[in-house]
Amino acid sequence: MPDATGLELIAQGVRDAVGAEAITGTLFHREQATLEVAPASVYPVLRHLREAEEPWESLMSLHGCDYLPEEPRLGVHYQLLSMERCERLGVKTRLGVDDPHLDTVVDLFPTADYQEREVYDMFGVVFDGHPDLRRILMPEDYVGYPQRRDFPIGGEPVLFTFNEDKYPRWYE
Amino acid sequence: MEVTRTPVGKSDMRVRQLRAQQMLRGELAGKDLDEYVEERLLFTRLETAQNWARKNAIFPLGFGLACCAIEMITVIGSPRNDLARFGAEAIRFTPRQADLLILSGRVSIKMAPIIRRLYDQMLEPKWVIAMGACSSSAGMFANYAVVQGADKFLPVDVYVPGCPPRPEALIYGIMKLQDKIMGTPDMGWRERYGAEGTEEVESPESGHA
Repeated sequence: MPDATGLELIAQGVRDAVGAEAITGTLFHREQATLEVAPASVYPVLRHLREAEEPWESLMSLHGCDYLPEEPRLGVHYQLLSMERCERLGVKTRLGVDDPHLDTVVDLFPTADYQEREVYDMFGVVFDGHPDLRRILMPEDYVGYPQRRDFPIGGEPVLFTFNEDKYPRWYE
Repeated sequence: MEVTRTPVGKSDMRVRQLRAQQMLRGELAGKDLDEYVEERLLFTRLETAQNWARKNAIFPLGFGLACCAIEMITVIGSPRNDLARFGAEAIRFTPRQADLLILSGRVSIKMAPIIRRLYDQMLEPKWVIAMGACSSSAGMFANYAVVQGADKFLPVDVYVPGCPPRPEALIYGIMKLQDKIMGTPDMGWRERYGAEGTEEVESPESGHA
């Protein structure tokens, strides 16, 4: 695991290679090193990390997140692993909820294919350049992005004798 | 089953054996022969006989949805629970040959059209058992992804509660279904508590169930 100093060195390496505006911050929390990256620079940063002198050659997870009260709301997290050095590194980015776009990383990490589709399905983040961006879990004609926090949870009220008169014509 | 049968006369086993021998040799005639034949006849209605055959030869569809499927497989496939006692152990893996659909698990909205298609492909007469809390009423999955009860899109005959139901419960459900096939469904608690007449049935005047 990179420690806090190692994380700063990695961040500096990224700044040198990609540009100073790419890194918006670093986070070292509970022994976990995380780079916070501007959404436009996700692809160059991941390509740099993939092809660096000490590369992170596998993407273990790519997932979305919704930080509802905060802005920008949506987050996309990438978890990188170097099997050789047994090191992990997180890369986080934050996107606004209106028209969120990111560059796909499928050409760097083929495993990102289905995971980007899932993030698209659940959070509505559009990955530009993805070879086949369709819904993966929900039906194709589904409307909305169900894992967003402002999405109604769905379901039906459970009827008991004490509340069945509150739901008129519940039997229909 | 409604059966009428001529009562067997009082005679001991040996006499009847001798009479059977005579019958095979062609030595019985007249009144003796009439009596012999009447003793060996069963009378019933064709529908009843048909239903009796149907209830004792249910072919479940080999179809599992979620964790309840494990219990369903133990019921149908294992000698411990031995569904062969009730004539429903022959699983068919094509809906064309099956007549019982056991919904074993939660029904997601993406799975619902597929289940409906399987149900439509099954030949009449066909029955559906909603096994477990999820397929009966979505159970704990009150959310966007799960159909809130499988009876939203196909008719369900028997609901088996439980999460998952024990194998005995499913066998009991299948026996309830057999009663239903025979046309003598047990009214359960309605009978116990004297609540006949409270069933929700279609009424043409009100326009709803």
